[in-house]
Amino acid sequence: MTWSEMQPLLSQACWDTLYMVGWSTLIAIVGGLPLGILLVLTDKGGLLQNVVVNKVLGQIVNIVRSLPFLILMVALMSFTRWVTGTTIGREAAIVPLAIGAIPFFARLVEMSVREVDGGLVEAVQSMGGSTWTVVRSVLVPESLPSLISGATTTVIALIGYSAMAGTVGAGGLGDIAIRYGYQRFETGLMWATVAVLVVVISVLQFGGDFAARTLHRRRGKAGPLLLFKPLSGIFPGTIATDAVKKS
Amino acid sequence: MPAAIRAAHSTVTETHVITTSGLTKIYRAHRSRGREVTALDGVDLHVREGEVYGVIGQSGAGKSSLIRCINLLERPTSGTVTVAGQDLTALAGRGPRAGKELREARSRIGMVFQHFNLLSSRTVQSNVELPLEILGVSGKERSRKALELLDLVGLSDKAKAYPAQLSGGQKQRVGIARALAGDPKVLLSDEATSALDPETTRSILQLLRDLNRQLGLTVLLITHEMDVVKSICDSAALMEKGRIVESGTVSELLATPGSELAAALFPVSGDATGDDRTVVDVTFHGEAATQPVISQLSRTYNIDISILGAAMDTVAGKQVGRMRIELPGRYEENVVPIGFLREQGLQIDILDKAAQEPLLLKEGAK
Repeated sequence: MTWSEMQPLLSQACWDTLYMVGWSTLIAIVGGLPLGILLVLTDKGGLLQNVVVNKVLGQIVNIVRSLPFLILMVALMSFTRWVTGTTIGREAAIVPLAIGAIPFFARLVEMSVREVDGGLVEAVQSMGGSTWTVVRSVLVPESLPSLISGATTTVIALIGYSAMAGTVGAGGLGDIAIRYGYQRFETGLMWATVAVLVVVISVLQFGGDFAARTLHRRRGKAGPLLLFKPLSGIFPGTIATDAVKKS
Repeated sequence: MPAAIRAAHSTVTETHVITTSGLTKIYRAHRSRGREVTALDGVDLHVREGEVYGVIGQSGAGKSSLIRCINLLERPTSGTVTVAGQDLTALAGRGPRAGKELREARSRIGMVFQHFNLLSSRTVQSNVELPLEILGVSGKERSRKALELLDLVGLSDKAKAYPAQLSGGQKQRVGIARALAGDPKVLLSDEATSALDPETTRSILQLLRDLNRQLGLTVLLITHEMDVVKSICDSAALMEKGRIVESGTVSELLATPGSELAAALFPVSGDATGDDRTVVDVTFHGEAATQPVISQLSRTYNIDISILGAAMDTVAGKQVGRMRIELPGRYEENVVPIGFLREQGLQIDILDKAAQEPLLLKEGAK
C-alpha cells in the first residue's frame, strides 16, 4: 500500500475518531460536571446534604464505571438505536461513549472539587452567598486547573474507547486497525495509525497540561510539572535541561 | 510593651449589638454511638455597640464554635443569637441550608479568618467585589467601592494582583477589606492574627482599631493571644470548656478580686526580700487612681517602699494596672499604711507570706 492510498483512509478515520471523541467529551463535561459537583454537595456535611440522593447517584456512577466499555456498548445497543435510529456509524458510537464518560468525568470532578478548601466555602457563606454562589464563584473556578486536567484524561480515555467502538462498526482509527492491520496484515498502514494516535494524544495531553499550568501561573502559583513528555525519551537532552531548570 | 487600654471609648454606647443567651452547641460524633462533645455550654455574651470585644481561651475552649454560631455558620443546638436587634436563630429555619433572610443578615456581618480564605482564582480587587456581587451591586459601583476599601486598608496598588502574590499581612488586609464591603455594623474576627508574625500582627490590630474608631465598627474577636486583648480590646471574656468564666470591660476585670484575666493582662511577680516584710499587690483602676499614692504613702508614714514588679499603663491621665510593692515590717506593723492605700480607693491584696503566692490568685502571674 502506498502513501497516496493510505492518506485518504487515514484522514477520514482520524476525522471520524475526533468527531466521536469531540462530541462525547462535550456531553461528558455537560453531564459529568454537575453530577460530580452534586456528589460533593449531597455528601454528608455537604451544602445540600442528602444521603439518599448521594447514595443513588454514587451507585449509578459505580455501576456504569464497573462495566468494561465493550460490554457497556453492547448492553446499550437498543438504547442507542432508540436515540439515533442505528447502531452503526460514528453518531451511534457517541451514545455509549458519552454514557461511559459521564460517570468517569464525574468522579474526576468530584475529586477535584473535594480538594477545594472548605474555608473558602465558609467565607462565601459568611458573606451571605447561596449554594449556587458557592458553586459558581468558589467550587468551579478554584478547581478549574484540576478540572481541565480531568477533562484531558477523559478525552484520552475516550480515544481508547472509540477504538473499541471502531471494531464494531463505528469507523475511526480502531476500524482501520481491525480491517487493515488485523485482517489484511497491512503493516504499513498499522504503523501509520499508531503514529497518528501518538501525535494526537501527545498534542491533547500537552494542550491540557499547558492550559492547567497557565491558569496556575496566572494565579501566581507554581503549576504542576508537565508530566507527559513524549519526546523526552527520544531526545534525552530535554530531561537534562529540565533537571537544570529545576535546580 | 505598652498596653493601650481604653476603658471607656467615646464610640462605645450602652446598646448591645451582639447578644447571645444560653447559647449551646453539642456535636454528635456519630448517630449510632452516644458520644457527644459540648462545645458551647450556655454562653451569654453581650457586646456593646462600638467596642472591641475579645474572647480569649485555649484551643478547644469553644471560641471558634462561638464565633461561628454568631453568624450561624454553625447551628447552635439551643439558645439565641441577636445581632443588631435581629434574632438570627429565628431566621435559621430547620435544614442545614441558609434561607434568604439569614443570608441577607449575614451580608451585614463581616468576617475575617485565620487563614484569610481568599479566592485564588480572583484578583485582589475581584475578591473584595465578591460580597458586592452577592448583594447585587452594579459593576461600576462594585469596582469603585472595592478600590475605596483597598485604599482604606493601604493596598490600592495591589488591586490587580492575585492573593498568592501577597504576604500574609497583605492577604489579611484584603480579607478585612472584603469583610467591610457590605458596610457591616459588626466585624467577626476568627483568630485573624494567629497566622501572622508579631510585627504584622501589630499592624493588623492597629488597622482593626482604626476601623473601629473611624467607622464605629463593633469588633468581636477571638484569640488565644493575651497580647491581642491587651492591645486593642475594650472588653474581654475568658472561655473555658465551653463556658464564659469571666467577662467585662478591662477596668471591671481589674476590679474583680482574683480575676484570671486581669492577672494575665497585668502580670506582676517578685518575692519578698526578707522575712520581716509585707508584700502587697495594688490594683489601679477606674476613677480612684489619680494620685501619686506610692510617694504619698512613703512621705506620710516615712517608710521605704520597694517596687517588686509592675504592669502599669497610663490612659487619659489615669493609671491602670497592677503593682507589687514591699513594705518593711510584718503585716501587723503595716495595718495603718495599708489602710491608707485602701482609703485611696485602691484594691489591695496582701500576699500570703508562707506560700509567697497571692491569697486570691490561684495561678501566679507569669
